[in-house]
Amino acid sequence: MEADPADPSRVRGFDVEIASTIARGLHRDPVFVQVAWSSIEASVERGDFSVGMSGVEDRPELRERHAVSIPYFEFREVLAVRFADSVRYRTLADLSGKRVATLGGTGAYQLLLDLQPRAGPIPISYDDDVHPYADLVAGRVDAVLLDNIIAERSLRRSGGFYIQPLPAATGHYVAVLAARDTTLRDSVNVILRARMRDGSLEKSFRAWNVWDSTQTLYFARMLADSGRVRAAGAAASVRSVRAYLPALLRAAGITLILSCLAMALAVLAGIAVAAGRVYGSAIVRVPLAVYVELIRGTPVLLQLFVLYYGLSGFVRLPAFAAAVLGLGLNYAAYESEIYRAALQAIPRSQLEAGRTLGLSEAQILRLVRAPQALRLALAPMTNDFVALLKDSSLVSVITVVELTKQTAIYATNLGSWVVPGMLCAVIYLAMSLPLSRLARRLEKKWRTA
Amino acid sequence: MTQALDVRDVHASRGPHEVLRGVTIDVAPGEICALMGTSGAGKTTVLRAIAALGPFDSGSIVVDGFALTPGHVPPESKLRVLRRSVGMVFQSQSLFEHLTSIENVTLALVHALGWTPEHANAEAMVLLTTLGVAARASAYPRQLSGGEAQRVAIARALAPDPTLLLLDEPTSALDPARRGSLGEVLRALAAEGHALLISTHDVDFAEAFADRVAILAQGVVVEEGSPREVLSESTHADTRALLRSSSAEPSS
Repeated sequence: MEADPADPSRVRGFDVEIASTIARGLHRDPVFVQVAWSSIEASVERGDFSVGMSGVEDRPELRERHAVSIPYFEFREVLAVRFADSVRYRTLADLSGKRVATLGGTGAYQLLLDLQPRAGPIPISYDDDVHPYADLVAGRVDAVLLDNIIAERSLRRSGGFYIQPLPAATGHYVAVLAARDTTLRDSVNVILRARMRDGSLEKSFRAWNVWDSTQTLYFARMLADSGRVRAAGAAASVRSVRAYLPALLRAAGITLILSCLAMALAVLAGIAVAAGRVYGSAIVRVPLAVYVELIRGTPVLLQLFVLYYGLSGFVRLPAFAAAVLGLGLNYAAYESEIYRAALQAIPRSQLEAGRTLGLSEAQILRLVRAPQALRLALAPMTNDFVALLKDSSLVSVITVVELTKQTAIYATNLGSWVVPGMLCAVIYLAMSLPLSRLARRLEKKWRTA
Repeated sequence: MTQALDVRDVHASRGPHEVLRGVTIDVAPGEICALMGTSGAGKTTVLRAIAALGPFDSGSIVVDGFALTPGHVPPESKLRVLRRSVGMVFQSQSLFEHLTSIENVTLALVHALGWTPEHANAEAMVLLTTLGVAARASAYPRQLSGGEAQRVAIARALAPDPTLLLLDEPTSALDPARRGSLGEVLRALAAEGHALLISTHDVDFAEAFADRVAILAQGVVVEEGSPREVLSESTHADTRALLRSSSAEPSS
């Protein structure tokens, strides 16, 4: 599904046509509600809409938690590679230790995760289906594993890569409904089966260029299957906390390392900016003031996108480096304001006393001004570091899997946010509380001083 | 005898307002000179110009043979000699808040003069003892009383052994008993050969401890002489006005 180029407020695509077909069968007018693809399942259960469709993949966990229609389309997970690699990387087995991009939360992502411990490729998760291919062409990843529908659409849209003909796996698209809506689900199944039989689904798929011989075979198999809904995945196990905890802790490690590096950069750059604004001439002060206002006045999400995707034509930053740089330079603007205010809070008479005592300007800064300014800056700095720990979750948009992203993956697979959410909160608190404590202790020590 | 300080016909302005209109004053080694005047007369401006903290427009200032030039305050790198010969005690609290009393005194000795910490500490203890605040050596500025802080600030300014010591309103934070003991400390310093220029509007203090009094009014020194001549016998209108305001509000 995609926005209609002629009228971006309207959606179009074969999912839209099938949804309309179902609505007609139910004697209803279809009303399209758009939500983030990863939120379709949670939204349908909340009751935001009755039927969720848009490349929703059939999988055992989905059937455990929701009412799910019969599959209406069979897709193939296909591997896209650069032309130069078309011989080298034919299958996933050829990509051991290489970076393979996909959409987070999909069957393809799960497939990559399952392969990873067995010397498989390194999965790189994206939140949309455009950037994986852009990054493939740009050389940031070595392959993209996604379904053939998305792959072929990207090939038509931008091109520049090769799709391996041998599928890595097959999967099915289904419509998802709230668990309580089994009656509606059964009606949807009846309509879907009837439209398969009378060829109108085939007509829709052909109109969107997604019909091929595998579909013919699949429809025949489906209709021969005499209307019994597969009870697939009933035996599929709910993954336990123990299974996910190592992944969460690893992700927490990423969050912590990322935050520490970004904060170190923010402090150093912040000191430089503050010193430039307090001590520099107008030629230095004006650009620094512009930098601070620009960074503070625009969303950090936008800055991350620009840094990672926008500049990829000039510098191709690795995702982690872009995350450190993006967060660090963003926080540097805030830190510099803290340091500037702290430097300016030191009474002028102390600085003049330093001068009359024969200390150089650099010595006055180092021995008199900075030590006192640091004490004033400590509380707001700690505050910022705690905020940075949490803001680091934003870097999942540039494919870094940190704690929040890992929790989201966990929650999606588990179908519940309760346990993952609590675990995630506990880990964040375990990282931020000792920090606040340390800051309070230092402040106390310095207050008596 | 060569003067420790020689100020000739100094003009200075702050914005459009001309604060000093030709100030001339000198101080000899071993002498305490009180620069007196009402608030806003320009006493602090004179002191700041001598300490090269503020600019002056014309005239000449020579401290212990070092000549300051009119115009912008030169960079610190060109003031090394001056910094060695002039010490200043500020009116407002200027102790380094993050350092103890003794650290305040030793900071410049170690970092500007390159003394060893041991040498600096020994010298600082001598000064703090002389000034009667040795017991407060490891106290931080916020733990000191106004009088103690004043003495630590004097010890700090004296540590590099300056020829000329400038004190800006040193009695303003002190009660009368403390003023007396401060005066005795300053007399002892003069006896050692230091030249002292003290800005004050405390008539009793100047009368008791100064060798010479200069009255600053409307940006010029209008009268100069021994405390007795100036403070007891003067018929000058500006001096009488200063004396009246001083007896009306002994300290401000």
